[in-house]
Amino acid sequence: MPSYSFVLNGRQVTVEAPADMPLLWVLRDLLHITGPKYGCGVGVCRACTSHLDGEEIQPCVVPVADCADREITTIEGLADGDTLHPVQQAWLDCDVAQCGFCQPGQIMAAVALLKRTDRPTDADIDRIENVCRCGTYSRIREAIKKASGSG
Amino acid sequence: MARQLSRRRFMVYSLAASTLTVAAPIGCDASSAEGAEAARRPSDVLVSGADEEMLVLEVTEANRVVVRLPRVEVGQGVTTAVAMMIAEELDARLADVDIPLADARTEGNQFTGGSSSVRSLYGPARELAAMARAKLVTAAARRWRLPAWTLRTWGTRVIAPDGRTATFGSLTASAARIDRPAVSSRPKPASRHRVIGRPTTRIDARDIVTGKATYAGDLTVAGAKPTVVARPPTLGGKVVAVDDRAARAMPGVHAVVKVAGGVAVVAETFHHAFQARDALRITWAPGPLASLSDAAIRSRLRAAVPVPAAPPRGSAQVEGEFEFAFVSHAPMEVLTAVADVRAGRAEIWFSSQTPMDARDTIASAVGLPSSKVRVHVLRGGGSFGRRLNHDAAIEAALISKAARRPVKLMWSRADDIRHGRMRPASHHRIRASHARGRVVAFTHMMASVSESYEGQRLSAQGGVTPAAVRAAAPLPSDSGLYNFGPVSEDSGSVELAIPLGAWRSVDSGTMRTAEEIVVDEVARSLGQDPVAFRRTTLRNKAVRAVLDKAAAAGDWGRTLPTGQAQGVAVHEEYGSCVACLVEIDATDPKNPRVTKVVMAADVGTAVNPSGLEAQLMGTAIDGISTVLQAGLHIDRGAVRESSYADFRYARQRHAPLHFEAHILPSRGEPGGAGELGVPAAAGAVANAYARATGTKPRRFPLDF
Repeated sequence: MPSYSFVLNGRQVTVEAPADMPLLWVLRDLLHITGPKYGCGVGVCRACTSHLDGEEIQPCVVPVADCADREITTIEGLADGDTLHPVQQAWLDCDVAQCGFCQPGQIMAAVALLKRTDRPTDADIDRIENVCRCGTYSRIREAIKKASGSG
Repeated sequence: MARQLSRRRFMVYSLAASTLTVAAPIGCDASSAEGAEAARRPSDVLVSGADEEMLVLEVTEANRVVVRLPRVEVGQGVTTAVAMMIAEELDARLADVDIPLADARTEGNQFTGGSSSVRSLYGPARELAAMARAKLVTAAARRWRLPAWTLRTWGTRVIAPDGRTATFGSLTASAARIDRPAVSSRPKPASRHRVIGRPTTRIDARDIVTGKATYAGDLTVAGAKPTVVARPPTLGGKVVAVDDRAARAMPGVHAVVKVAGGVAVVAETFHHAFQARDALRITWAPGPLASLSDAAIRSRLRAAVPVPAAPPRGSAQVEGEFEFAFVSHAPMEVLTAVADVRAGRAEIWFSSQTPMDARDTIASAVGLPSSKVRVHVLRGGGSFGRRLNHDAAIEAALISKAARRPVKLMWSRADDIRHGRMRPASHHRIRASHARGRVVAFTHMMASVSESYEGQRLSAQGGVTPAAVRAAAPLPSDSGLYNFGPVSEDSGSVELAIPLGAWRSVDSGTMRTAEEIVVDEVARSLGQDPVAFRRTTLRNKAVRAVLDKAAAAGDWGRTLPTGQAQGVAVHEEYGSCVACLVEIDATDPKNPRVTKVVMAADVGTAVNPSGLEAQLMGTAIDGISTVLQAGLHIDRGAVRESSYADFRYARQRHAPLHFEAHILPSRGEPGGAGELGVPAAAGAVANAYARATGTKPRRFPLDF
């Protein structure tokens, strides 16, 4: 079986996996990184949203082979030790989460958005496709604006 | 609301333990919890072992306050609400309170549903903590040889007038030996509440935003292996023949077994499991509905609606027929269950609203006595009623038994959407009869799809019957909400082998939505404003108060450009009431956007206003989704949709740019809140759309 090395949340890792194995299952089933969630497996719900070289990806549709020698960040790698990332802190301040299942993906999508544009407009925020079945969208919007104001 | 906080007390018991452990009974639901009331008596009744029917509080030597909760957390915030009740009465720091979910019990009330959790726990949880506090204070008084009344409690500590402090943890062993506390063990009056009623961030929020919150699929217990099931294209289709040679030969595949719902693959990872599933060659027999599609279901429903009596003589009629499509629960976390079934015992981990029933059903499915089955209840990634049923857990147990190994079964998203469960489709015929400017009679005749079972299929599907859900949950208030003269209601049903389930707000989500649309149409035909008409016809002043609040806060009647409009609706249920005001931009009628939602609710004492606002926000999105765009089609016995790409639950771009919730101040008993907002939100969205477009919305979702 081929083996792939990449940097995961700041740590060098090597896994043996089939080339077409989606990164999501490499993370969850081989590396036990369970923050990225399975919600659809086809890149639609975006509950697994993470970062590849700092850009948003849906690991459920990215083969592990595409990640070789690159840098992956999941929700687990966002905080700096006990200090939360400003977006995570905004999520706490706005009490965004309900069931919580989509929120790692929502946060990673928001971080990626704020990286692209530091003052996102409502139209920018509307383009976030991540599904929240609990319907926390208004608080997500508020938290993104809060994080952009502080960052 | 108008109800006053009753003075009923719950008996509190002390459990024989080396640390302070107290217990209070909780009843079967809010009303039978009242039946458990007891005359005031000291908690010197010693019970050995934890009584299963009780809510048990323990103070550990590590200064943790632990209450094992016989409810499930699926996002509704029950663990936070209970932690707040406990922290309030104990004067403990919220961060020192742990609310783990209890394993399935053998007796008592372990039902999460019917918006009943806070109502059933508010009394017992506070009594429990107040008693624990009294004993801790008494223990400190003895240690310090001070009068107990001079001591106070704060921050999970007892504090003496001279500044000495002792943590609850350091007092718990001695407090366990106190029979009669020397200070009052009564809960605080509401006027002294410092935690209850204050908006509080969820206790699990940090775990969630750091990815640490653990759901069934995140477990590594028992060495359980990833498992998926190949399911038929049609609902209830059956395996005729399977060629699994290619699948078995694939790397990482541990087992392939036939189950009632299809063919299961157990593999090293979910990637291997999905790949092997797709390599199975299965011949399917079509399910029992293979010749049935939406059009036929709709006409059968229409035909099943009872015929109402003739309207009062001399009255004019406002009539409407309404159709609602099937709707998936589609919680973000697909059904997932870990099962380890051995020869003489079984252990299951999953998120369940009905774990006691699940244990019994699983036990009979795998042929074990219930006493040999352990069910661990996990937090769920959403539910909306879906986790009342335990389909996946039963299936996981049967696969584990057949494959002779622990399995972690996950339904794919397509499994979830294509094989149910779903809110039943329904058809409503509503008639408001008016004369001399007043409604003098109101009839609501409806029919909905009900689930038919073939023999043992009930247990195979993990069915909690709708009747069981209804027995535990209060029925929606019928249209006694308005002064509309005599109200007559009747319902018919069309039995189909479609997996159905109670969906947040159950029948009210369709019935009351349709009624609120008719109320608007009556107002229009009487030449009255929808808010003014409701104000003059609502019976309950609490409902008028929430309507007034929403109308004032939402600036009802403000001028909007053509193509935009406001809409309003109200609902009363679970001892609570709510009003919703919506603004919609339907300039493009095929692509409307709800731009603003203002809700006002009276739920009695709101334990956590932030949690209540979150619940209302969620129901607003449910209303937007189910009225405008999210539903399921049945095409020749199969569900057409298969993911969030075509089951179009709202995204950020469909959510209101502005949302606000107003919580009316109340010191009444808490009412239910988790489902309350659905009918008001759905009704307000439909009414706003009607006013913006000059149409009469009749078939939901509108864009389908």
